[in-house]
Amino acid sequence: MKSICFYFQVHQPYRLKQYRFFDIGKDHHYYDDYENEFIARRVADKCYLPMNQLLLEAIQEFGSMFKVSFSISGTALDQFEQYTPEVIDSFRRLADTGCVEFMSETYTHSLSALKSKEEFTTQVHKHQQKIMDLFGVKPSTFRNTELIYSDAIGAMVADMGFNTMLTEGAKHILGWKSPNYAYTNAINPKLKLLLKNFQLSDDIAFRFSQQSWPSWPLTTEKFVGWLNEIDEKEEVVNLFMDYETFGEHQWPETGIFEFMRALPERVMSNTNFTFNTPSEVSSHLQPVAPIHVPTPISWADEERDLTAWLGNELQDEAFDKLYELEPLVNKCRDDHQLIKDWEYLQTSDHFYYMCTKWFSDGDVHKYFNPYGTPYDAFVNYMNVLSDFIIRVEESVKNQVKPIAEPKVIKQVVKKKVEVSPKIKYKFVDLLTIPKQKLKNILANMDAETLAFALQNVDNNLKDRVLSSITNKVLSEYEQIVEQTASFNEVQIRNAKRRLLNKLNK
Amino acid sequence: MKILMFGWEFPPHITGGLGTACYGLTKGLMNNQQEVIFVVPKAYGDESKDIRLLSASDVNLDMRNTAFSEYWTHLKYIEIDSILVPYADDEEFYRITRNKEHHTAENESVFSKNFKFSGKYGNSLMEEVKRYALIAAQVASEQEHDIIHAHDWLTYEAGISAKAVSGKPLVVHMHATEFDRSGEHVNQTVYDIELRGMQAADRVITVSNLTRNIVIERYGIDPAKVFTVHNAVEYSDISGYHNVERHVKEKVVTFLGRITFQKGPEYFVEAAAKILKRDKNVRFVMAGSGDMLNKMIKRVAQLKIATKFHFTGFLKGEEVDHMFALSDVYVMPSVSEPFGISPLEAMRSNVPVIISKQSGVSEVLHHAIKVDFWDIDALADSIWGLTHYDGLSKMFVSLGKTEVDNMKWDNAAAKVIDVYNTLN
Repeated sequence: MKSICFYFQVHQPYRLKQYRFFDIGKDHHYYDDYENEFIARRVADKCYLPMNQLLLEAIQEFGSMFKVSFSISGTALDQFEQYTPEVIDSFRRLADTGCVEFMSETYTHSLSALKSKEEFTTQVHKHQQKIMDLFGVKPSTFRNTELIYSDAIGAMVADMGFNTMLTEGAKHILGWKSPNYAYTNAINPKLKLLLKNFQLSDDIAFRFSQQSWPSWPLTTEKFVGWLNEIDEKEEVVNLFMDYETFGEHQWPETGIFEFMRALPERVMSNTNFTFNTPSEVSSHLQPVAPIHVPTPISWADEERDLTAWLGNELQDEAFDKLYELEPLVNKCRDDHQLIKDWEYLQTSDHFYYMCTKWFSDGDVHKYFNPYGTPYDAFVNYMNVLSDFIIRVEESVKNQVKPIAEPKVIKQVVKKKVEVSPKIKYKFVDLLTIPKQKLKNILANMDAETLAFALQNVDNNLKDRVLSSITNKVLSEYEQIVEQTASFNEVQIRNAKRRLLNKLNK
Repeated sequence: MKILMFGWEFPPHITGGLGTACYGLTKGLMNNQQEVIFVVPKAYGDESKDIRLLSASDVNLDMRNTAFSEYWTHLKYIEIDSILVPYADDEEFYRITRNKEHHTAENESVFSKNFKFSGKYGNSLMEEVKRYALIAAQVASEQEHDIIHAHDWLTYEAGISAKAVSGKPLVVHMHATEFDRSGEHVNQTVYDIELRGMQAADRVITVSNLTRNIVIERYGIDPAKVFTVHNAVEYSDISGYHNVERHVKEKVVTFLGRITFQKGPEYFVEAAAKILKRDKNVRFVMAGSGDMLNKMIKRVAQLKIATKFHFTGFLKGEEVDHMFALSDVYVMPSVSEPFGISPLEAMRSNVPVIISKQSGVSEVLHHAIKVDFWDIDALADSIWGLTHYDGLSKMFVSLGKTEVDNMKWDNAAAKVIDVYNTLN
């Protein structure tokens, strides 16, 4: 009996907005709400919702014969709660089947394991708690950000009480060994390791739609054929991949959903493999050997190392400057917003955007990068970090100060009550806000922004906006609309955002 | 006197200091009771109304006039290899995206044409320079004038052709030389146009003695016809910016300009690192864009000063005033700068300035700290002084403001008129 172990990574970072020098010390909201909502919505519709439904139907059909596992980052969960709560519900339905395992990771998909045991532990516990709250299960398996692993990281994970951890079956650490067995950590043998079979995983995740690949198109027959070629004695095939593979990286037109719909039955009828979760695999299998990983590995790029996130001057400077703050931040643990920002700023994606390895894996990097260049990413991140540093220093200073007179406290309390929550407008609110306010907002808007922003909006809204601008701008607007054959998506989004920012100022 | 003036740009549509200088000078001449017809390749319609602007786009060209045929053949020829982009950076990008380009609608079957000019630097620059010359001849034959004045090499062809038609004296104005723009690797075509313009001219005006020397030494122009008239600064009320709210408590030291070799950005970065080693309570800002921007960002990361050294990207209009209002020290470490108007703008905004000795403006400014661009220690020392010794910066602010307020375009214009008078 052999196992197939599916693990899907679900992650969305909180992307930063354009944050300029002029904002430092003034604007403490760092995230591009519009972009984040837009992407959360898009990926939910294209991937999370349809794929969850597909898996749910498979589980309903095959019962406990079909199992999968997930690791969902805290930043992804936070955004689902904020923007697409139905995604949480659909994961809950999966959790209720009992055939789905949820794993632990760092809350914000951070690189903290490389820097600080304390910070790492804090974030893992926070994530564990979040999974408990949402899905009612306590994770016992751990997977680190981007499958980053080393002997030392494994030992830390074991210290936290986990008995299983996932990582990459990197060639340079395995040598002649096969990833299709369970191994153990070199420092603490109690921690079992499951290694990604990158060949078969990447056949689905990366090569599925690659027409230049000799095995294209990939069918379940072919895939099952490869599974059957695996040596008799080998015990497990770990198929680890980004969940966004389904519908987002591989579009529906490639047939990826049909492939996944057909796979369970094909595997069950044509092979002697069963589907198992990581914790099941780990409890069934006897580890064959410890594995030595003195320097960290990951699942990224050809090198399977950390160079996508760290190593160039930009990344190192940003990373070091961020973690220099840890002792100070630890003094401000009561300041929830500060701690939240501290954690969100640690998300590995920010460092990924600063990567300068354009040549071999550049395509993948570029696809996920909201910035034009790594330099832009760096400048923007450092501007945000500069503001964050000011806040941390202020917060520490305020704590050191003894609270002198009760009078002051009273005032503070009173002030707090008076502050009404700031209303956040949405695009549709342009229909309902007072006409004068609308006029004020539109007063300095250029025609081009308007032309883009008013693409794909309903006619009432468009009429209301156009009736609130000057004739000069209106005629420019009409000219632009007439002359522009097709409007670029990105420009439309940017224009809408500019308008929204103005509205919310 | 009636002056027929050829420019390339005019506020608010400017890519560099040239447009600002033309505007100031023209107003100054009018205040001195001169009449100016200012020709620009393309008028947008929102330029200042005090000046009679003639857009070359609106001139009707009669191709049957054989005087044009020479330029017409040139034009055809140049079209083939005309890829030259002097300012290919965000600034240009900004204008291109903001103002839809107007391409020439050519119709070979009709002899009379109405040309549209894009009025900005771009791929077909040389082509436009030639077209402009073509138009200039027509303008010169239609408009009555006593003197022709052409600003920078882009308009020299126009000046020469106008002179050929009307026979009036030509004055060319060197705001920058090709050596300032490109160092030793000059663009031969541009150099040739500059040389031809100055040779054909009756008088050459340079914006500094530094530029005058280059004109004499590198172009071999007769010193007797080369005159220096320093630029001035347009008085404007910027009191609205005095109360700009500051959100960082540190002193702010600013570099503002194109981030290119000519402007010496790397000396600013190195000096910043020296300061930050001693004192963390200073922030440095590099505002602008250019081909050395990424190199500077990388250097800042290497020096590990990125939380105190910020980049803003290209700033426009109001943002520049805002930046000055937030600054405590302005630094212009230019390697080569024919004049350099921005320190004057900084001083006008009550910001003390440090300028390189290699800038034309250092010839006229007294209340500015002057250092050699390569002398990072001296630069760091000066920044330290202005950020740490209040007395020093206060003195520079008050004396500098007075000095700048007295540098009026009216005075500069009067000197230009003196140059004109040597021709009669």
